[in-house]
Amino acid sequence: MSESSYQGNNCIPHQTGENLLIKGGRVVNDDQSFYADVYIEDGLIKQVGENLAVPGGVRVIEAKGRMIIPGGIDVNTCLMKPYLSTQPVDDFFQGTKAALAGGTTMIIDHVTPQPGESLLEAFERWQEAADKKACCDYSLHVDIPQWNENVKDELELLVQDKGINSFQLYMAYKDVYQMTDTQLYEAFSFLKQLGAVVMVHAENGDLIVQEQRKILGMGITGPEGHPLSRPEELEAEAVFRAITLGNRVNCPVYITKVMSKSAADTITQARRKGSVVFGEPITASLATDGSHYWSKNWAKAAAYVTSPPLSPDPTTPDHLHTLLACGDLQVVGSAHCAYSTSQKAIGKDDFTLIPEGTNGVEERMGFVWDKAVAMGKMDENQFVAVTSTNAAKIFNLYPRKGRIAAGSDADIVIWDPDSVKTITAKLQQSAAEYNIFEGLECRGGPALVLSHGRIVYEGSKLQVQPGTGRFLPRKPFPDFAYQRVNCRNQVKSKQGVTRGIYDGPVYDVAPTPKYITPSPSAKTSPTSHQPPPIRNLHQSNFSLSGAQIDDNIPRRSGHRIVAPPGGRSNITSLG
Amino acid sequence: MSYQGKKNIPKITSDRLLIKGGRIVNDDQSFHADIYMEDGLIKQIGDNLIVPGGVKTIDANGKMVIPGGIDIHTHFQMPYRGTTTVDDFAQGSKAALAGGTTMIVDHVIPEPGSSLIEAYDQWRQWADEKACCDYSLHVDVTHWDDSVKQELDNLMKEKGVNSFQVYMAYKDYYQMSNSELYEVFTFLAERGGIAQIHAENGEIIAKEQARMLQTGITGPEGHVLSRPEELEAEAVFRAVTIASQTNCPLYVTRVMSKSAADIISQARKKGNVVFGEPITASLGTDGTHYWSKNWAKAASFVTSPPLSPDPTTPDYLNTLLASGDLSVTGSAHCTFSVAQKAIGKDDFTQIPEGVNGVEERMALIWDKAVTTGKMDENVFVAVTSTNAAKILNLYPRKGRIAVGSDADLVIWDTDSVRTITAKTHNSAAEYNVFEGMELRGAPLVVICQGKIVLEDGNLHVTSGVGRFIPCSPFPDFAYKRIKARKQLAVLRAVPRGMYDGPVSEFSMSRGGTPSASARTSPTKQPVRNLHQSGFSLAGPPTPEDLPVKQPGRRIVVPPGGRSNITSLS
Repeated sequence: MSESSYQGNNCIPHQTGENLLIKGGRVVNDDQSFYADVYIEDGLIKQVGENLAVPGGVRVIEAKGRMIIPGGIDVNTCLMKPYLSTQPVDDFFQGTKAALAGGTTMIIDHVTPQPGESLLEAFERWQEAADKKACCDYSLHVDIPQWNENVKDELELLVQDKGINSFQLYMAYKDVYQMTDTQLYEAFSFLKQLGAVVMVHAENGDLIVQEQRKILGMGITGPEGHPLSRPEELEAEAVFRAITLGNRVNCPVYITKVMSKSAADTITQARRKGSVVFGEPITASLATDGSHYWSKNWAKAAAYVTSPPLSPDPTTPDHLHTLLACGDLQVVGSAHCAYSTSQKAIGKDDFTLIPEGTNGVEERMGFVWDKAVAMGKMDENQFVAVTSTNAAKIFNLYPRKGRIAAGSDADIVIWDPDSVKTITAKLQQSAAEYNIFEGLECRGGPALVLSHGRIVYEGSKLQVQPGTGRFLPRKPFPDFAYQRVNCRNQVKSKQGVTRGIYDGPVYDVAPTPKYITPSPSAKTSPTSHQPPPIRNLHQSNFSLSGAQIDDNIPRRSGHRIVAPPGGRSNITSLG
Repeated sequence: MSYQGKKNIPKITSDRLLIKGGRIVNDDQSFHADIYMEDGLIKQIGDNLIVPGGVKTIDANGKMVIPGGIDIHTHFQMPYRGTTTVDDFAQGSKAALAGGTTMIVDHVIPEPGSSLIEAYDQWRQWADEKACCDYSLHVDVTHWDDSVKQELDNLMKEKGVNSFQVYMAYKDYYQMSNSELYEVFTFLAERGGIAQIHAENGEIIAKEQARMLQTGITGPEGHVLSRPEELEAEAVFRAVTIASQTNCPLYVTRVMSKSAADIISQARKKGNVVFGEPITASLGTDGTHYWSKNWAKAASFVTSPPLSPDPTTPDYLNTLLASGDLSVTGSAHCTFSVAQKAIGKDDFTQIPEGVNGVEERMALIWDKAVTTGKMDENVFVAVTSTNAAKILNLYPRKGRIAVGSDADLVIWDTDSVRTITAKTHNSAAEYNVFEGMELRGAPLVVICQGKIVLEDGNLHVTSGVGRFIPCSPFPDFAYKRIKARKQLAVLRAVPRGMYDGPVSEFSMSRGGTPSASARTSPTKQPVRNLHQSGFSLAGPPTPEDLPVKQPGRRIVVPPGGRSNITSLS
């Protein structure tokens, strides 16, 4: 790794000046593990190797043979997602603090503008808040709540000037965020041209609405109504549809929050068929299940409410870990969106009003270690890949993030595979009263965390300052997603068949279909199945005198060559 | 047989027939026996039957005697933009009989917005006038509102229709939204109907067609390019999901591709009640012909969903048919003349859709599945006749050789070899999509309503003898499982104490945009506000605004603070 230029244009001053040497550790990247020392200067990794020549007076950290891994990247957090005028209790300060305590040194948060709101303004609000409060580097995804012309201009601006390369679309939340297939097709096409990663919240919103109505009608109003109205089939169906759209447009698709076995299986099958699709299970789906929705304690049950819901099938976490280990699922997020019990209680009499979100930013790395690596499903390199490297690659941050190499950011974790802790809300960094992993034991955790070269976590103690996190702009067309897509673009161009002109008889039809229903919805795109004004190639020169019943039909074609019923036309020969 | 009893249609036939020395093949077993028929019904089966003298006897010479085929999907005499398909009920049912099919089920397609009953009456009239064999009708539901519900009720209770097709394609025309599909399925599930689905994603098709035309592709190859098989598979997946949510039996018409068939197989493995219907064309040929240099030939293959360009498709579908993952076969026989197809000569989206296949259906399956060893003769009977009869609730009147059943049967000659060509087929179309194909297996004798209609290669059909066979709702084949599940699938709420903790302040306005579309469901937006504040500035609250319980106290937790009101457990 040479003095890399991708770092060059960064005009944000580094606040860190400390030089550090990590000695005697085992560097674990996604491709290999090796013993080496790591020298850090100005928040960057300067040298990796043995017997490094470093200036005197450097602070030395003894790794004592422990693993040195790239800091985790949490690709899905919602630290500012508004819900009915309330905000999650974990803001950028609280949230990034929790992230660092768990070994995650970068988060990518979702900007969630409300329908009708400017994407750009929302983005700026998020950036402003994060710049003030974040303790670790961050980047932003922007969710697109509605599809129209204005959005296109804003998207172009966001991609080209603001460094956003990933946008989320919704297939659920009918009449709020949900897009139709046609809109999704257009959005996919547009985002593909910009080179962005299309993220999809995959659930069939139409059916959810029907199920919710049915279940409320049955008198089920508690949190168990949430998974009952959003069975995992609806998730799998939407994933299948999103992938189909992605294939048609030839656009990479990223499924956020893979919560169920069937959704994960759908992704797996699509990858087998060559689709460019990425799946992101979250901490909650990897470590717990949806049986808690039936808890007698309302507040506890409500704490698990997130969408798509946790699957009530207790074998789900195990299955998702297996797929993560074999590479069918690529990245792990947390979808951390913590609401207090009193906020959740907005929906105490109607589960559809419960604010959605679970915790997980702090527990993310630990659970992947505990459930996958410690169980022998996954090796340490794959662990690094799914918690950090793949995310950096998909979102075009690699190798600045997600790798321990000279020139990369000094976001480093010394990982202790033997530490054991019991998760409890009493000891968590999050401000929420509940922790959905309450009481679970978790092997593996960070012993020391560096965020751009500064020690922020050591021996269970956090030393963080709000505002030290930088916004990382990301360029479009990440290779990891777009290399194949670009190649397919060239290969896949379709060609018509060159034929002689058909010169046989043509049955005469009225230019417009006889019965045309009024277009059922306003959200129709202009291209319809039947383009009504047909170029009439058989314009008549024969006319009846006087007003005719069909005068209102604009152009009436004249010579009718009708093959006699059952007769054979031999103009175009068989064969 | 009591199921025959209440029929008030006069018996047209009084022929008595005896088939001797045949091997009866039903879907469950094969056995040697003679069959005696009288008045269009099978009266006796067995050895050494005692029959009246002077009965016409057919010697089967050890050949198979099978129940006449049921083609569960035809479009005879279908109107299309002021014209109709070239095979009317007479021509079409003649072709059917020539191929060993003794009953057809046609699709009634009302124009969107028009009455279903009127369309049904129209079809009945056409068919009663002309059909040469018994028939039933499916009714396509092309739009959805309350009047349609009443008509469906009427069709099911009075008119003998138990299966209804809805469309996921043909955007802005027949296509229904997911919510509408959910409602249709729910409605049909309550009343014992079969939901048939034309499964293709119409929204994406519309986009792809526009793109294809833009790139200058206007020939029939554009048809298949704009309707890739994924879109079929996607729609099948979605339909299965909706059917499973509504606990409604699903019937996928025209399974044309491997991936769509796979989705059906997977769904069946997961326990979904879903039936797949491949058609003659998808079982016998493939979509490579769309690239033919001969426009007329290429256009003759245009149907939706299109034939898959993957040449391994027919073989694969035959395999799934043999294994029972696909249940029935139709022909989707819908023939247009070349001149009619030429409506779309400059724009593939205008080509009328439909292929032939009613005559070739049985022989083609015999050739591709039975002679290749994929399928045995009993499954052959199941997929060509018995399963269809079961789904339509006509079993055992149709689809079985048994005492009391209708005398619709076929002596099948497993050794005859025929070459399919448009020159000799019974359809009026100029093209045959199976042109040049050699098929082993053919009907030797066809008996319809107890009368011999095909013998020694001669067809004797009479127009107008075909009777409408009413289908009743709740066919056991589909509904037994559904009913059992309905009882099991009762959802229960968790009995909890009241949540008495603090509740955050919130306002219901969500970003302040007006509701996105007119066809909104009344879910989230106008919410019953259960958290009405008890605090008011002046005057008493209006009575209807009073919440059921008065949760007046505002207890807001300090941010980050722990509320211990509801304990952790």
